[in-house]
Amino acid sequence: MITPSVLEIEGVTKQFAGRRGTVDALGQIDLSVGRGEFVSIVGPSGCGKSTLLNIVAGLEQPSSGRILFDGRPVERRLGRTAYMHQKDLLLPWRTVRDNVTLGLEVAGVRKATANERAADLFELFGLSGFEESYPTTLSGGMRQRAAFLRTVLTEHPLMLLDEPFGALDALTRASMQEWLLSLWEGLGRTIVFITHDVEEAVLLSDRVCVMSARPGRIVREQTVSLTRPRRYEMVTEPEFVALKSELLAALRAPESSGVR
Amino acid sequence: MKTGSRATLRLVAWGVPSVLIAAALVAWELIVRITDTPRWFLPPPTAIVTALVDSRRLMLHHTWVTLEELLLGFAISVLLGIAFALAIASSRIVERAFYPFVVASQAIPIIALAPILLIWFGYGLTPKVIVVVLICFFPVVVNTVDGLRSVDPELVDLLRSMGANEWTIYRVVRIPSSLPYVFSGTRIAAAVSVVGALIGEWVGASAGLGYLMTRSAAQFLTARVFAAVLISAVIGLAMFVIVSLLERLFLPWQHIGSPDE
Repeated sequence: MITPSVLEIEGVTKQFAGRRGTVDALGQIDLSVGRGEFVSIVGPSGCGKSTLLNIVAGLEQPSSGRILFDGRPVERRLGRTAYMHQKDLLLPWRTVRDNVTLGLEVAGVRKATANERAADLFELFGLSGFEESYPTTLSGGMRQRAAFLRTVLTEHPLMLLDEPFGALDALTRASMQEWLLSLWEGLGRTIVFITHDVEEAVLLSDRVCVMSARPGRIVREQTVSLTRPRRYEMVTEPEFVALKSELLAALRAPESSGVR
Repeated sequence: MKTGSRATLRLVAWGVPSVLIAAALVAWELIVRITDTPRWFLPPPTAIVTALVDSRRLMLHHTWVTLEELLLGFAISVLLGIAFALAIASSRIVERAFYPFVVASQAIPIIALAPILLIWFGYGLTPKVIVVVLICFFPVVVNTVDGLRSVDPELVDLLRSMGANEWTIYRVVRIPSSLPYVFSGTRIAAAVSVVGALIGEWVGASAGLGYLMTRSAAQFLTARVFAAVLISAVIGLAMFVIVSLLERLFLPWQHIGSPDE
């Protein structure tokens, strides 16, 4: 590839000091994500997926290895990525408008400018008419869309999504997945998406990485060659089902599940 | 139909206590009259109201003195309490150095401390304000510290991932999310501020409701004592209500219902 990857993870490991000696959270992770790519990381709970994302976002530093943005190693990564958690983390004392522009506010963008940039997007995120509402009055799906709008509005090309739909019910979740697909295809951002749901990973991604149980390592990388635009109905197509069962097998293999 | 039942509920919520209080007052009046209890021992409600009306200028004068003490003490407590809480929450060293003193200030019996304050500061305003502060300061500090600590660590991480510095995190997340706690501490302080002022006055004063109570009691003007007690209770209640209203004004998001799931 001529253009450098948006994100490169080079030999990253992480140890925590536990009560009984050090705990290996991450084995050795190598991963490179190209511009505009949608990469999912699936793994059992506690495999260090979130730790990996925290390291990329700069909330934590790796014990060894390094993180490169656009081909350059970056030590201070805080404020360089758009990070979204499983919890919507909307501030209850701020209106939807003031919540979604939070990233811009922190980045020092003037309020009027920030509101202007947000204005056109409320419609696209199904939030028009709720700009002045407080988060407690919104449904779970709307709150999550507001959190996603906040993430998109931080305007960093690299988005890190940590199980963004994990807390939603199955129906809301399916509609959010379709909505994210249609949105991302027009957005042109690079996404690293964490989930424990293989179906979700296959449906959304260009590439799926399977992580092992602690210490987390990538045991399998699988390109998803399903055509785009994707639709939710694809989950029943033979190609999809085959991919899904293959990845499930990799996820449940003894070397990744940690059960021996 | 639904609004009808809600109106009924409101009526019950206000009606039941009102009827109970009225019944208690009537019973009090009747018992005192029927048993012919001496007025100096237990005056009936009508006598207390009469005392209140007849000596209204006296009452107003002493009420004003007490109000001045408690408002000043309360304001100092809130400002000082929040400042202390910010210092304690921001550093473990400050916490270790100061928290024991904050707690110790509550362990010292104020009644015992008040005469010393009298020796040091005399009969004026200062010792009363200090007693009010000693009583009101504690709930503000403890609640505010809890509030500043109650912040969801993931929210802090979110702000950090956006590149926010410590001050921005305080401004955007820590302070706003601690405000409900600050207000509950302040509400308690508001309600007990009267007690502080009265204790200060009992020990030694030349004016104020506490002074009026002790002087009237010594003269067996029991109806007047009750009248002063009534005024103190009303002041405490009013302080509490005013702080609650301010909370609704400043934290409107606290009082919005969640959607029907």
